[in-house]
Formats: sequence, structure tokens, C-alpha cells
Amino acid sequence: MKKNDEKIRCDACPVMCYIAEGQSGACDRYANHDGQIIRLDPLMILDRRIKAGDAIKPFLGADWDGSIGHDHEVFVTAIGSGTTYPDYKPAPFIVGRHMDDADFVTVVSEAIFSYCGVKIKIDTDRHLGHEGAIVRANGEAVGLVITSEYGSQMLSLGGVDHLTGGSKAEGRTTCDTLMKLCNKEAVELSIDDGSSVVVQAGQPPIVDGKKEYRMRVGCGSATIGMFASQWVGLIDEVVVVDDHITGVVSEHQAGKVLDWPDTGITIKGRRSTPGRYFQVAKPGLGWGGTDLEDPLKILGDWRPAKGAKPGLTILMVSTTGEHSAYFVLDEDLTPQPQEMPAALKASVDLIAENCEPALCTVMFMGGAGGSLRSGVTKNPIKLTESVQSRHTRVTCGGVDAYVWPGGGITVMVDVLKMPDQSFGYVPTPALVAPLEFTVRKEDYIALGGHETAIRSIKDILTTGGEYSKKSIAKPPANSDHNA
Amino acid sequence: MAASHPQVAWLPPDQRLHLSHGPTDLIIKAEGKDSHHAYQQAITAMDTLLEDLVKELPDLRLKISAEMPFHHPVAQRMHRACLGYGTRFITPMAAVAGAIADYVLDAMIAGNDLTKASVNNGGDIAFCLAEGQKATAVLADMNDARIHLHSGHPWRGMATSGHGGRSFSLGIADAVLVIADQASTADAAATMIASAVHLPNHHPEADRIQTAPAFSLDSESDLGNREVTTHVGELSLSAITQALDLGEIAAQAVISDKPIAGALIRVKDHIRIVGFDHHSDIIMLKEESKLWSISQ
Repeated sequence: MKKNDEKIRCDACPVMCYIAEGQSGACDRYANHDGQIIRLDPLMILDRRIKAGDAIKPFLGADWDGSIGHDHEVFVTAIGSGTTYPDYKPAPFIVGRHMDDADFVTVVSEAIFSYCGVKIKIDTDRHLGHEGAIVRANGEAVGLVITSEYGSQMLSLGGVDHLTGGSKAEGRTTCDTLMKLCNKEAVELSIDDGSSVVVQAGQPPIVDGKKEYRMRVGCGSATIGMFASQWVGLIDEVVVVDDHITGVVSEHQAGKVLDWPDTGITIKGRRSTPGRYFQVAKPGLGWGGTDLEDPLKILGDWRPAKGAKPGLTILMVSTTGEHSAYFVLDEDLTPQPQEMPAALKASVDLIAENCEPALCTVMFMGGAGGSLRSGVTKNPIKLTESVQSRHTRVTCGGVDAYVWPGGGITVMVDVLKMPDQSFGYVPTPALVAPLEFTVRKEDYIALGGHETAIRSIKDILTTGGEYSKKSIAKPPANSDHNA
Repeated sequence: MAASHPQVAWLPPDQRLHLSHGPTDLIIKAEGKDSHHAYQQAITAMDTLLEDLVKELPDLRLKISAEMPFHHPVAQRMHRACLGYGTRFITPMAAVAGAIADYVLDAMIAGNDLTKASVNNGGDIAFCLAEGQKATAVLADMNDARIHLHSGHPWRGMATSGHGGRSFSLGIADAVLVIADQASTADAAATMIASAVHLPNHHPEADRIQTAPAFSLDSESDLGNREVTTHVGELSLSAITQALDLGEIAAQAVISDKPIAGALIRVKDHIRIVGFDHHSDIIMLKEESKLWSISQ
């Protein structure tokens, strides 16, 4: 489409703006892009025929090439569908499609969630904050630190109190924070009496300005416990350097169990229990989360009376395996650096291999309220029952949501799997998120569904919705998506 | 082309009404015996509003003149609200948001027994209070200052204008909030006061402010090729104070001339309060707020 200087008339609403190239209309929802009126948040349709990595195919009703393939390859998501669900009007799209010899109906709407939030899992052993501590964004309280999990710290943000119960600033900041997190953007949070952390779904956390790379397998002591038996016979002494606890195998309980001989080593640090030392150095960007560039700095004199002798071999390694060094004591019992034997190198790699990448996971969690359900069916409780009995499937932006047991329709979904920019907001403040219900057609009728409003996918792609004339096709984010 | 209609939604948890049509987003609350009827009347009023109003749009975009050529009640309100600003440039569009809020509120309360009702059009708010009723507004754009309103006062509208929002501003104020007898009055006043908030001519920090002709950003803008603010950089305290002084002068003139309680003007973190002379109980400021200065 060649670039066009003419203004184009938009007919999405009675204002009928004339829009110049590159500008948007009075509503900021429609714009003139390359001589065509486009909706800035188009209806998102997931099309498995487009392989991941192919260019996105935008298509307007008139341009659609007419090929649709089988219904199960195309899934209409609620992203960009708009909301109309008062108690007398059906949801914007009620799609009928054939699948596996049964008629399926997908009801599509954007849901407005005032009662919603996110659960954040941060894979890090770093202490971010105490359980119950307030989590803030831009100084406003948006959530709290909840009980931690194995290898992960957990945060819970949002909920109706932070969204609407506190001050206006708190509500807007909470809404904005949730929206950014759900749209997979980076958000800076600070925890009272704790750290600051930049959280982004699928990315490592940045704690107090420092990016975490690996979840430590454990502290220095735990690492010794896990790998001591693999070092027997390979090396005389192992020191696992860590910002929290540095471990020494010859003194450690794990070493004792293996009859590990004494080496006469001394460590400059505060001894906890045998073989475990606090504060060998300050926190920093060096070895094992300390500021050490030269690990020998933490070693004191070697005591011959306690087992030190020339030729003693020493492995120093960090808790993520990223740093390691091999030394041999010379005639003066001074450690001299040497090239690490291959067998030892393998054990260092093993430590690194056992460290998973540090990651943030963001789960959107929300409930589908009364008025939304009545846009689907005349008898809302039947929809709830159908969801709870798993006859109706719930997805967010096409991604399967986990439906909580118990009353109501409360869902949880991994935002990383959802298409980009699936989430929006309204000024209440409340989050707008896509929600789709998929059910067999006869079950849909039985639960009081709005039968006359059912349309085929072909019809929607050619005619568009009342408010969405334009759609975009993308491959689904998760490859095992079974629409 | 099928006629488009407003989208209707009910917002949890208290089931406020959200009406959305083109550029208009209304959040509506009604309390009292007839609140259900009130909501239905609001929906009906909104249904054809935009369609009817746009017929007069071309004339509404022209600089205002004393004679009133408009037919639609919203257009008439816009015109009335924008009169009395002398020779300064203003079109009725300066009051469009407030006038729509006023109109929908009137339609909503007609014949209904209500205690309180409000129509919030993107921050321009029209409200009604039955006798003895109170309302509190928290102003997020003004460091969470609280405005306390009481049925005994004549004030039933508020509006905010500033350079960062969807509408353009000729001035550098981040926000100007006006409390007035109705939303359309407040809307026009906030726009005009905001446009008066600028640095004095040839000020050394003038280069910290970026502008662009309104046309270049929106070819349909009623501001034509007038320079609108696109970015305000760091300003010294002295520059901010001078800009606020100019805004205060404009605000005093408007307040003495029209049914307006007062105005709050914010440039960066500094807020100047103007007016509210007979109603000092209206405003409550947050304790740990930044520099507040109250005009004498």
C-alpha cells in the first residue's frame, strides 16, 4: 500500500474523524496507517497455520484470502474484542465452529477485572524481604511478600483493596503495575526493609541493581553436601565460596562422613558450625556474590601441624560454578595457581549445570464476575457450573487457564504464554483482560446460551465485529495449544 | 454502514456504569431510590448524543462569537461556557468534555429520587447532591488533595486541564483543576487558565520547553497552527514561580467573573491555590505535600 497524504475518514463512531497519515482519531483507538484505518488494538486471532517467526498477516474483511483451513487451526481470542456485556446484550463475538465432529462455541469478550492480581515467583536465594513486607511501586503499596517456596521468593500483588480501597494514587499505580507485569514488561518494585527488584516475566530478576544469573543450587555448605562424594580422591581440599555461607569440605560434616583428612586450612571469616563460614567478604559482583576477584584473599596461613604440606591440591569454586581456580601448595605452603585437571573441571561444570537460570514468573489471577457471565448466557450460574465441571474450557488470550476448585470462576494463567499487549485498563482503575469460554454447542444451548448470536469464524473474518473491523492473525505462543 | 452505538459495561465492585463511544468514556454513579431508572436514562441519553452533536462540529471548532448559532443542548452549553474570555482565542471545543458530562447528568437525574449522582468524563465531572449530602473528591493530579463538597455550596462541576493529557495545551501547567457551578464552566476555565501558565517572554529557560503546531499532531485540531506544549524539561524554582504567577493572574480574573469557586495550578511539584475565598473548608491538603502556596 503506497504512502498516502490524503486524510481518510474513519467510520467507527459518529464523530467520523478525517485522519491524516500517521495520526490517530479523537478516540486514540483508530489511526491512519499507510492509507488504511486500523484499530490500534486489533482483534487477535490465533492461526496455527502461520509458523512461528512468519510475518504477521493483517487482514481486513475484504482482503481476506478466503482460506480458513479447518476450524481447529484458528482460534478467535478476546484481545481487542471490546466489551459489551450488560445484562441485555450478548458478548461481542459468539463464534460457532466445527471441531472433531462436534460443534463448539467460543464466547469472546474482554473482561474488566477489579478483583484481580498477579502472583510472582522469583527464582533466587537472595533475601528480598521478610514475609508480610509491603511491596511498593513508585512508593505506593501494591502488594506484599508471601510465604516463600523452594528456591523462590513469592510476591502477591493487586487485589481489590490496592486497586480501589486505598488512595487514588495507590489504585492507579497498582493498576499500572499489574498491567505492565501482565504485558511482560519490566517493573521496578521495592520491598519495605528489603531489596529493590526489577521483575519481568521470563527474565532474570535484577536485585538491588544486580542481575541474577543462576539460582544457586544452595549455599556453599549445601554445595559441599551435594558434591563432596564426587571430589573424594580427586583433590585434597575444596572451598566453595559464597556470599552467604562459604563451605570447606575437610572441616564440613559431609567431609567428616567421608573421612576426609585435615588440611590445616584457615579461613578469614566468621565460623558458624564446622566447615561453614559467614562473611568471608562483602557482597558484590565477584565470586559467589561476594566482591572477591582473588579468592586467595580469604585464606589465612596453612598449619603444618594440622595437615598442611607441600603438594596439597586445592579447588576453590563459587556456588554457581561460574568462578573456579586450582592451586597447589609450594615448599613455603603458599598456594600457587596451576592449570585445573580435566576431571576437576568436569565437577565444576556439574555445579554450573545444576544451577537453573534465575527467572521471574508472573501469573495473572482473576475471577469472572456476574455481569460478564450474563453476556455469555441467560443463566449465569449454569456457566459457572459448566466451567467447574470442565465442560466449558476457559482460556485467556487463547492460553489455557488453570481454574481454581471451589466456588466461582477464578483463573490463573502464565502471562508469558499470552500474546503481546493482551492486557489493558479502564480508569476505575481495573484491568481489562481477554477471556474466552469454549463449550460444545449443545451444552452451550443447554446452559442458556444466546443461540441467535452465534456466528461462524468465516463470517467474523469477513464482516468483523460491531467494533472490530480489523483483525490480525498470529501463531499461538504455546506450540501444544489445542484450540 | 450500520450505526455504531455506545458500549455499555458495569464495573465491579459497586456496579458503576461505563459508557464508551468513540472518544467519550463516561463513568457514571447514581445512588438513591431511583438509581436504576437513572442509569437507564443515562444510557438512552448517550445513545444518540455523539451522532447528533457531530452535526454541529464544524462550527464548534471555530473561534467563538457572541451570537449563538447552535441547536443541540450540548453545543449550546459549550458555547455558553466559553463566552466571556475577551479577545483570547477560544473555541467551544474547550468545554466539550464538561458539557457532555453536564448533559448526561441532567438526563439522568430528571424525574428521579436520588441522593447523589455523578458523571465523570475523563476527569471532567458533573455531579448532583441532594440536600444535606456531601461528597469528597481526591485529586490524584494534585498530590492527593481532597475537595469536600456540600449541598449547601453552589458548586457542582470540576475539570482538569494540562499539557500532558489527550487535549493539547498552549501552556506548561501539568494540571489545572477548577471547581465551578457546572462541569462545562470548569472545563473552559481550566483550559484557559492552563494556557496562561507559561514563562515570561525571553526567559532564559524558554529552551527547556518544546512545542509543536497543533496541526502537526492532529490535523483536525481547533487550535490550528498555534504552538502547543509537547515537553517541559527541568525548570528552576524561580521559573516555576513566575509561570505560576502568570497562571494566578489569569485565574483571579476568571474567578471574579464567573461562577467558579477556585483553581489549583500545578507546575512540576509546585501547586498554587487561587480563590476559594469564602469556602476555605473545601480544600484539605495532604500533610507531607510539597510546596503549596496560597494566593493572598
